[in-house]
Amino acid sequence: MNDTIRQELVEIIKVYLPSDASPDEITDEMHLITDLKINSTDIVDIVIDIEDKYDIEIEDDAVGEMNTVHDAIKLITHQLDNSKTSR
Amino acid sequence: MKKHRVVVTGIGVVSANATGSQAFASALRLGKSGITFFKELQELNLRCAIGGAPDLESIDLLEQLPPFIATKVSNKGIIYACLSGLEAWKDAGLKPAGDENDFDAGMIMGAGDLSFDSLRNREFPIYPLDRGEIRKIRSRTISECMNSGAAAYLTSILGLGNRVQSNSSACITGSEAVLMGYEYLSMGKAKRMLCGSTEGDGRYIWGGFDAMRVLCSDSNDRPEFGSRPMSSTSSGFVPSGGSGALVLETLESAQQRGAHIYAEILGGHMNSGGHRKGGTMTAPNHETVIRCIREAMADAEVTSPEIDLISGHLTSTGGDPNEIKNWSKALNLTGKDFPFINTPKSMIGHAIAGAGSVELVANVIQINENFIHGNLNVEEIHPEILKLIDPACIPAKSIEKEVNTIIKANFGFGDLNCVLILRKYTP
Repeated sequence: MNDTIRQELVEIIKVYLPSDASPDEITDEMHLITDLKINSTDIVDIVIDIEDKYDIEIEDDAVGEMNTVHDAIKLITHQLDNSKTSR
Repeated sequence: MKKHRVVVTGIGVVSANATGSQAFASALRLGKSGITFFKELQELNLRCAIGGAPDLESIDLLEQLPPFIATKVSNKGIIYACLSGLEAWKDAGLKPAGDENDFDAGMIMGAGDLSFDSLRNREFPIYPLDRGEIRKIRSRTISECMNSGAAAYLTSILGLGNRVQSNSSACITGSEAVLMGYEYLSMGKAKRMLCGSTEGDGRYIWGGFDAMRVLCSDSNDRPEFGSRPMSSTSSGFVPSGGSGALVLETLESAQQRGAHIYAEILGGHMNSGGHRKGGTMTAPNHETVIRCIREAMADAEVTSPEIDLISGHLTSTGGDPNEIKNWSKALNLTGKDFPFINTPKSMIGHAIAGAGSVELVANVIQINENFIHGNLNVEEIHPEILKLIDPACIPAKSIEKEVNTIIKANFGFGDLNCVLILRKYTP
């Protein structure tokens, strides 16, 4: 499941990458802002894209902890599990 | 004392009847209308359900713009400006800067009101706020609605390092941007300036004008007849959107690069009627219009008989006969001595803040390709106009003719006037 989420996440974030960056070179350890050079204000849009894609809600506090690609995958998985439990 | 001659070395345009300067030149020559009927406007009860919206559907934005702008930016005014600006830059033989800023180059890209745009593919960005959904407001609400948004996104592509400005002066925005760029370059403060303007389109901005009862409401069943400047039946302007961009460059810089020189900007002038002597928010003070034309000619050191073509503001309203009267008085020319006069508005409507720059691109094309484009729908010229000038001065079809000198004017809400004079370049 993580592989699918990873692929979907890369699809979401690739459009926010600088034009000379390659989505193929993204690794899980990469920091969204410092390594992938995503504009910090675009993180807001990536979060909304994720919320729309998975029909989940990500609290502002959690956004602050979403630093790396791995963090984002973990956050999505966690929220999906939570929403299953609550339904 | 002017230090530098200023020339045009690149052009780009997005308009209701064509995207790209080559297609625009062809559309102008053929008299192609870009005015269509919009069912949505009729359903929203606008009196005027026609307009001129550039055809973004026919353009592969991913081919022309960086992926982020092509896929995420929804403001049409910004997209139009990015397309026209990038086209002009490339047309001038220039490339976007690499990692280092280009400090020799700047930009003046004006806009009317980007927050009035109807946006492509998403709802107006601030709407979720009214539903209590602040969390759903994306980060681009400000950058896409601020009036400097077009210049901001465009310079993110080009990496310009000199002055980057965004003027806003209603319908003179485009010509004002070019005048300011010309003045800046003539003072030697940069080598080249990308100058132009943009306006989005759709129900919000057009609805605002519709409410003022200044739009054409009698041609919903025949859109191409709606915009008819100088006609005895002109009933209001047909709204549109679009963007024009011109690379202005000092002559020395253009020569050093071996750039193609489309035309030279000889001079211009801008003034205001101050809402005095008949001038209001929406109507011009005629004395200051005449003064503006004369001051521009003095600045450019041009006399009336040298003018081959007047590129009028001419919006297809009851103000058109007054504009002709002002031209006739300012130039002191009547009858057959009056120059040819035209405006692309009969084909593309009135692109509000985008109008001046789109029309200046049309001017440059006519100087460069030696033709005067026709005016559609001038079968019945207004009788007040015919009292002053010969009907042959208003061509209905394009005329192949050497065009050396064009005087171009735009007049705008707020009682603002701007006049520019362009000439075929001779060393």
